[in-house]
Amino acid sequence: MAEFTLPKNSRIRPGKTFKADADAARVKTFRIYRWDPDSGENPRVDSYEVDLDDCGPMVLDAIIHIKNQIDPTLTFRRSCREGICGSCAMNIAGTNTLACTRSISEYSGDIKIYPLPHMPVVKDLVPDLSNFYAQLESVQPWLQADSAVAPNRERLQSPEERKKLDGLYECILCACCSTSCPSYWWNSDRYLGPATLLQAYRWIADSRDEAKGARLDNLEDPFRVYRCHTIMNCTNACPKGLNPAKAIAEIKHELAHRQGVV
Amino acid sequence: MSKQQASRPLSPHLQVYKPQITSVSSILHRITGLLLSAFSLLWVSWLLAVYSSATTYDSFRQLLQSWPGKLLLLLAGWALFYHLMTGIRHMIWDSVHMLELDSAKRSGWVIVIGSLLLTGLAAGIWL
Repeated sequence: MAEFTLPKNSRIRPGKTFKADADAARVKTFRIYRWDPDSGENPRVDSYEVDLDDCGPMVLDAIIHIKNQIDPTLTFRRSCREGICGSCAMNIAGTNTLACTRSISEYSGDIKIYPLPHMPVVKDLVPDLSNFYAQLESVQPWLQADSAVAPNRERLQSPEERKKLDGLYECILCACCSTSCPSYWWNSDRYLGPATLLQAYRWIADSRDEAKGARLDNLEDPFRVYRCHTIMNCTNACPKGLNPAKAIAEIKHELAHRQGVV
Repeated sequence: MSKQQASRPLSPHLQVYKPQITSVSSILHRITGLLLSAFSLLWVSWLLAVYSSATTYDSFRQLLQSWPGKLLLLLAGWALFYHLMTGIRHMIWDSVHMLELDSAKRSGWVIVIGSLLLTGLAAGIWL
């Protein structure tokens, strides 16, 4: 159900401010969501003044700088720092994105950073993605084929068939798209969300896969696919430039097509 | 669910997410749909006024020609044009066209501006 306000234990209270040194020349303020599971207190937003002369160019550099130099209790996920692992997905200045591929200079004024929206928070910027992963598992994102193929050969695919997977296989499962989607916010218990549906279509579109019918059967449901209303926050958010909204439209089209509608 | 999981706060969503032309034009589609349902009552009461008597019809007409009445009609007209245009866009989307980000953004602006222009045009003719 759509609940537009935050529950009582999630309302944000004002936090602390960490001032930059007086001699710092280029100061940028980062306002970051904090929640400590051990304190029993509500989340707060802390302000960190960072001297940009003392810090790398990307938003992730600033967060790492804060953790190393200002406040070691700040908690977040990060790994590759080059936009391929998807760990540092978070809400920066109102849009979900990867902290490692966004330059600080893109943003004017204070930079506000929150965890991925409408998710249970484990600590600070770390959301609990268990439901997201369980949903991905539910679409069985692996090749399924019963036909025999010689053990010393690959399953072949023409360049045209392979081309259909472009824009689908590049997904890094960072969850930026799913957690940007209002439909997913209100119905994440039953609606699969853009990331999982893009993956589902990645296998539906694969010429080597032989389980298309079963895959579509699994999606033919009022909630799993059809809570998508083409709001397109997903496509707007995707840090890899993919188009989950279009993949979902393709699934809807396949479902209509096999019923003889189009 | 463990006690620890149950105590986890929900991260902010609507409160912090930046509105975009695509999301705004989507929620307006729903709002104008609700408005049109509400305006159907106005439409039915107009029909009832036509049916009952010349004097009732006349007073109803005067009501609609007052400032608040005209404003209501403007709103109804805009809701109709907007919802019609986004409805057509949804049909195009269902055929898997115009779903690239730039064309979705462009069509959003076309609908917002187009619906206002059409409302202005209709107001010029009938109000």
